Parts: sequence; structure tokens; C-alpha cells
Amino acid sequence: MSTINKQLKRRSFLKASAAAGGGVVIGFTFLASCKQEKVFNYADLPTPSMPDNWTTMSGYIKIGENGTISIMNPNPEIGQNVKTSMPMIIAEELDCDWDDVIVEQAPLDTEKYKRQVAGGSQSIRHDWDLLRKTGATAKAMLISAAAKRWDVDPTTLTVNSGVITNGKGETLGYGDVAADIIDMELPEDVPLKDPKDFKIIGKNTSNVDLKGILTGQPLFGIDTKEEGMVYASMIRPPAFGQKLVTYDDQAAKSVNGVLDVVQIDNKIAVIAKSNWPAIKAKKLIVATWEEESELENSIGHNSDMDELLAQGSEEPRRKDGDVEKAFAEADEVLERVYEAPYLPHNCLEPMNYFADVREDKIYTKGPIQTPQWTQSRIAGVTGREASEVSVDLTRMGGGFGRRLYGDFAEEAAQISQAIGKPVQLLFTREDDMTAGTFRPASKYKIAASIKEGKVTGYKLTEACMSANMYGLIPNFFPAGAIPNYQVETVNKESNITIGAWRAPYTNFLGFAEQSFFDELADLMKVDAVQLRLDLLEDAKGPAEEDDRIEYSPARMQETIKLAAEKGGWGVDEPGVYKGFSAYYSHNTHVAEVANVIMKDGTPVVDKVICAIDCGIVVNPIAAKNQVEGGVVDGIGHAMYGDFTFENGKPSAANFDKFRLIRSMEAPKVEVHFVDNGLNPTGLGEPSLPPAGGAIANALHKATGERLYKQPFINQNELLG
Amino acid sequence: MAAFNINVNGTNRSVDVDADTPILWVLRDELNLVGTKYGCGIAQCGACTVHLDGTAVRACQVRISDVSNKKITTIEGLSDDLHHPVQQAWIEHDVPQCGYCQAGQIMTAAAFLKENKAPSDQDIKEAMNGNICRCGTYNRIQAAVKTAAKNM
Repeated sequence: MSTINKQLKRRSFLKASAAAGGGVVIGFTFLASCKQEKVFNYADLPTPSMPDNWTTMSGYIKIGENGTISIMNPNPEIGQNVKTSMPMIIAEELDCDWDDVIVEQAPLDTEKYKRQVAGGSQSIRHDWDLLRKTGATAKAMLISAAAKRWDVDPTTLTVNSGVITNGKGETLGYGDVAADIIDMELPEDVPLKDPKDFKIIGKNTSNVDLKGILTGQPLFGIDTKEEGMVYASMIRPPAFGQKLVTYDDQAAKSVNGVLDVVQIDNKIAVIAKSNWPAIKAKKLIVATWEEESELENSIGHNSDMDELLAQGSEEPRRKDGDVEKAFAEADEVLERVYEAPYLPHNCLEPMNYFADVREDKIYTKGPIQTPQWTQSRIAGVTGREASEVSVDLTRMGGGFGRRLYGDFAEEAAQISQAIGKPVQLLFTREDDMTAGTFRPASKYKIAASIKEGKVTGYKLTEACMSANMYGLIPNFFPAGAIPNYQVETVNKESNITIGAWRAPYTNFLGFAEQSFFDELADLMKVDAVQLRLDLLEDAKGPAEEDDRIEYSPARMQETIKLAAEKGGWGVDEPGVYKGFSAYYSHNTHVAEVANVIMKDGTPVVDKVICAIDCGIVVNPIAAKNQVEGGVVDGIGHAMYGDFTFENGKPSAANFDKFRLIRSMEAPKVEVHFVDNGLNPTGLGEPSLPPAGGAIANALHKATGERLYKQPFINQNELLG
Repeated sequence: MAAFNINVNGTNRSVDVDADTPILWVLRDELNLVGTKYGCGIAQCGACTVHLDGTAVRACQVRISDVSNKKITTIEGLSDDLHHPVQQAWIEHDVPQCGYCQAGQIMTAAAFLKENKAPSDQDIKEAMNGNICRCGTYNRIQAAVKTAAKNM
């Protein structure tokens, strides 16, 4: 059994203050100082009854005298389910009944919480220990409080669902003793549960916002209404590389409901009493733009990247052995180039943000994956101190990486500062799609050498526009598996704004690499799954000796075997063409089998069977949802995601021109978790990268054609 | 601006807006019924789906001047306390991820199931094809519509 006593700061400040409802909030904190918190209104929804008094046990937990427990979700919720799963972990170790729990969304608070970020599929992995210890510490204190009341040894007491029982069978609820913890020392060596005793973790648990979502409650950033708030819509340069010269706002200002038109840097903001007049008036502004830097074209990017691939880099990201020698001595060398376009994120809730820049402080609220960074960005752009800026978090209608970047929050703050009013800035869909932080266009050149039936060398070169999408990737598979191995990255500056897009390093690389290995297996005349298993076997020794290597060859093998078994790999099913792919990213191992069938002469992705090793599954029903969604998203963008530039202007501005995957195109997704009891890793991203490769490999079996270019519909019209 | 009298979720309301204002923005900004979502403004995503006299329509395409004497139903008025079989099925399948598109999905499904009492799997896929779910919860949406069909 693991114990704790190291990381919690030994502080035991007391605070008592009048609560809004007339009761007293007793604040005892062990992770940070305590402030009074706002309680959300759960009116009309069946939730635990609200108590008269809360005892605040930490930044995360409050206990009502009636036994109701409030747990704070520290991290931003973008649809990855952390608002449910993170509090579940606390509740598990607190040993309370989940039905007694209400969940609140924490605002940005750097004293109470660590890493309040939604990104990189890291929330559960990063906070697993912290959340468990938080719950366990509170439980130990509540037991101590009961022991004092009864004057018994705490070890003689048992807890079940928030009820403490002594040897005589007498009981005290958490709510009965919570207030007694005021003078208590922080306990040391608090035991954590054995995972086999988990009652909440591992149990299907409804999304805590489910009822609000299904009844249209104001949960999202776009739903924000604040006293005196006005609405803004922004005009930005229509092409990258342009700047504002002049504008005529006479017609716009005559629209009913329009309050003002103001210039913000290189942009024009229309301020109105509601959204529609702002959107309508925006179209009436006549603006003149001039070229400030080159108006770029995708055709040019394409040849730029070809040149970059030919040049390569003098400084490899990783170099094992001598690939050139291996290639020179090989029986055969396979070399392929894969290409992918820029991609917009297209969160269904367009970017929006509320800001109220006042003389004494700046209050902001909205859907943002990076509240702390946003706080500093807002401080920077308004010339104020970060400590003056508060950031409240709303639920988000998708993130996918777009909401890592607080450009829209900066704009909202600038507008509020300029007009002296609280304002909500809303991007129209056209703004959202054209003023993005796009996944950069990229190309991969992958080459491998074969000698006497073994893969002896592997070289991957990445060319990207603006910035490379590489982090730890040089140390992912097949690093360690192949003795001569080299990864190089090169890029060329562009004025098109870029950023992380769901599974940022690997969303396209997974397809390229896993298509390549499929073709390599064909060339070597070995089974595609067997080739991967063999390479992983070869990687085991090097992975033990080389700390840089990120993935676990053994875990990957288990995951591959599970996918192969569940997907009927090697089992002949008439009319079904199967493709395989396996990819490790964001600390999670994934393998997928895609089934393609022919319908009226057209290849159709019918089903994807996914095996995934994320360790302990905190909330299975939501975890499966993440995996299903990642697979569908990966397939959708591999098949249809087309986004190019001509004279700096994006080729699509709305869903009439940009095709997202829809109901009829989504395959069935079957999910199988590897059951190994290891500490959990994240699920927001890892099922996406292998999906493109799995379907490309299945489509190859069905059509005989290899796919090298995303979106696939641009390479094979049959797929459209 | 002009005053328009409309019926939303069984209640008569009066709003003072321009005649070309889409009911999407009337619902959201004037009546504070924010369950109906803005997604694209061009009838491509379905996030703003509401019922107009029982038929599913895109609220971004319906002007306030076109709805006099018609009844608008939004997600807030679909049922009392989540009792609609479609909402119940959405709970059973824990459908949402981010949740943003789901009101539109539910309104589309509810209108569809009134017309088609025993839909095939293909019928369901087709009926829901106009509603984008960026998170990719289509498997669950389809399963939930199927469950709801049994309970309508």
C-alpha cells in the first residue's frame, strides 16, 4: 500500500468567514490558502441537497453538514470528460458515495491548483497521484475527527460511502464531523487504496454536466451573460500577409442595435446590443487592405517542402548507427513521401470570450484550454498585472488545440478596454475557420533498407511550414527497433498562423509511418502485424538501456495482440478488407484494425476495432467515448480534411466548403482496453493518430492503391 | 425595429428586433434561451435545430418575421424534466463529449422519430446526417436514436 507525506505542504491555516447564505464557511487548507468560492446554481436538476454550511477541506473538497460533498474540477473541460473523471479520483480515495457529490468548475487559481491545462492528454496522468492523495488526506482527517469524538483509536474505525463506523456499530457521517477538522494537524503517511478496492474508479459514471447539456442550460462560453454586456464581432484581414489601410463604417453604424465601430490594431470591431446586428453590420464595412508580406499559395508551399525534403538537415533529431551505410549495403530500399495540408480545428462552438476591463481589475470568462497563459496574455495586451486578471472557466464546445491559444481572449480584452464596457467577442464560423491557428502543412519522406529479410535502416525526414511538429517523436517507435536510425526535421517560415491540432505531433505522422510499415511488410512478404511484433521484440533491449525511448515495446506488443485478436486479424472474412495500424502517443499505446467493405463499387470504412492501453480506466463509458471519437475524427480528417491557400486566402470559410465527417460516413468503432492495472494515462488524443493508417491500409487491400496524400478523396475520387 | 409576437415553448413572447433577425439570435440574445446553439449560420451543421410547428428547422435560417402564428419548440421546452424518450436515451448512452451539438442532434432526432416510428439503422444514419458532431459521437447518437425509437 502506498502512503503519502511528502508533497503536501504542512500548512494548517484557519479561516472562518461569513458565507453568502448566512452560514459560516470554515476553511482549512493543506494545499493552498482558502478563499470563499462561488457555488453554481443547480436549480431544477436532481442533485444532492445543498447544505447550510460548507467546511472547506482543501482547494478541492468542501463538505456540507448534511453530507453533501462538493468537489472542484481543477482543469478545463473541452469534452474530454475531466470534469467528471478528475473528481471521481478524489471521491474514490475520500471514500464517499458518488451520489452525494456535486462537481464545481474551478477558476484559474495558481495557488490551489497545479497545471490547469487541457492539453496533451495529460490531466489524468499528471494529477493521478495528487488527486488520490487529496481525497485520502481528507478521509484520514475525517476519521481522526470521529475518533476524537468517540475517544477511540482511529485505526479501529471503518468507512463506507462517507459513513464512519466504530467498534460498537455507532456511526458518524462526514457531514457530522467535518467541522471538527479545524484544529487538526495534517496527517502523515496517509494510506491510498489498493486499486482492487476501487468503487468509483472503473465504474461507468454519467457526465456531470449531462443533464445541463440535455436541457440547454448555459454551460458554454458562448452562453455567458453578464450585467451591462455588449457584443462584438471582429473584421480581420481576409488574407494572411495583409494589413488594414482604411475603412468606411457609415453603413454599418446605421444598423439598428449597433453601438460603435472601433479599430483594434490591424482589425475592426463592431460593437452591438446583440450578436445579429454585429454580424450584419460587419458585412457593411468597406475596408481597404494592402500587402504587408507575401500572399502565399499552397502550390508554393508544396514545392518549398519538396526542396526541404531534398535538403534535409545537418543536425538530426536522433541518429543511431549509420543509415547511409545500411542503405548502401541493402538488398532493397523503400522510400515514400507522404503529404498533408493545413487544417483548421473547427470546434463546433466558435471562439468567443468575455472580458470586462475595469480600473481596479479585469474579470474574464470563457472557453480556454490554457487559463494561466491566457491570464498573462491578457495582462500583456492591456498593460496590466497578471494578478489583476481573473479567469473563470466555462465548459467548451470542443478544443482540439485551438483553445490553447488565447488570441480571442486578448481581442476581447482589447475591445473591452477600448470601449470601457464588458463585452463578449464571438467569432462567426467564417472568422473561426479563416483566422485560425492551423495544423501546418507537412510532408514526410520515409525510407527503410532491407537486408537478408531484416529491416536494417530507417530514415525519416519531416518538412513543415513554419514550425516542425516534433517533440519526443524521434524517440517513439521505431527508435530502438532498427540499428541504423535517423530522424531529421526542416521547416520554412510562413506568415500563416499555426498551432497544435489534436495529437499535434502525430496526427499525420501516425498515418504516414503506419502506411509505410504496411508497404514495407508487403515488400518483405511478411504479415503486417508480425513485422511490427518482431520489430518491437528487437526494441526491448535497446529500450531498457536508452532512457530517451518513450514507448514500451512490451506494452505495445500486448496492445497489438489484443487488436489482432479482437479484429480477427488473419481470419478470412469474405468481402472484408482489413488494415492494421499501431501507434504510441501521449503516453498511451493503441492498435487498430480497420474493416473496409465494397458497397456499389465504392470502398467504405465499415468498422474499426481498437485496442488501447491507457492503464487503469477511470470512467469506462466516457473513456470509450473518447476512443470512438478519436478514431472517427482521425478518419474524417484523413479522408476529407482539405484546406489550402491561394494568395494568402484560405480555401474554405464554412462547412459548405470544408467537409467534416458526418453520421453516414462514421464507421462503427469497437473499443477494447488492455487490463493491466498500471497508473492511468490520457485518452483525448491517442486513438486518433493510428486511424488514418488503419483505413489507408485497408483501402489499399480493397482497391490495390496506396494512399500517400491527405485528404484521401483528393487522391482517389472513388472515396468521395 | 419592430415588435414581433412569437410563441416559444408554449409561452407567448414579444420581441423588438429587425425583421431579418434569425430566430436563433432571438432565442439566444433576446429570450435567453441559449440551449439552441450557433455553429455555422448557413444551415450546414444543425447545432441550431429547433421545431417549428413540430418540424425540425435550422433556426439560423428562419427569420423572426416568418414565425408569427407558429409554435417554436427549443431544447428547453422539449420536455418537463428530461422525460422525452430521446433525452432519456441520450442519458442511457452517455452520448455527449463536449456537448455543444447535442441539443441540435436531439431536436433532429425527436422530430424524425415522430415521423418514422420504426426506423432502420440506415434510416437513422441518414436522418442524423445533417447534424455535425465535431467530437465524433456518431456511434452513440445512432445507438441512442435507436433506443429512443423503441420507447417513443
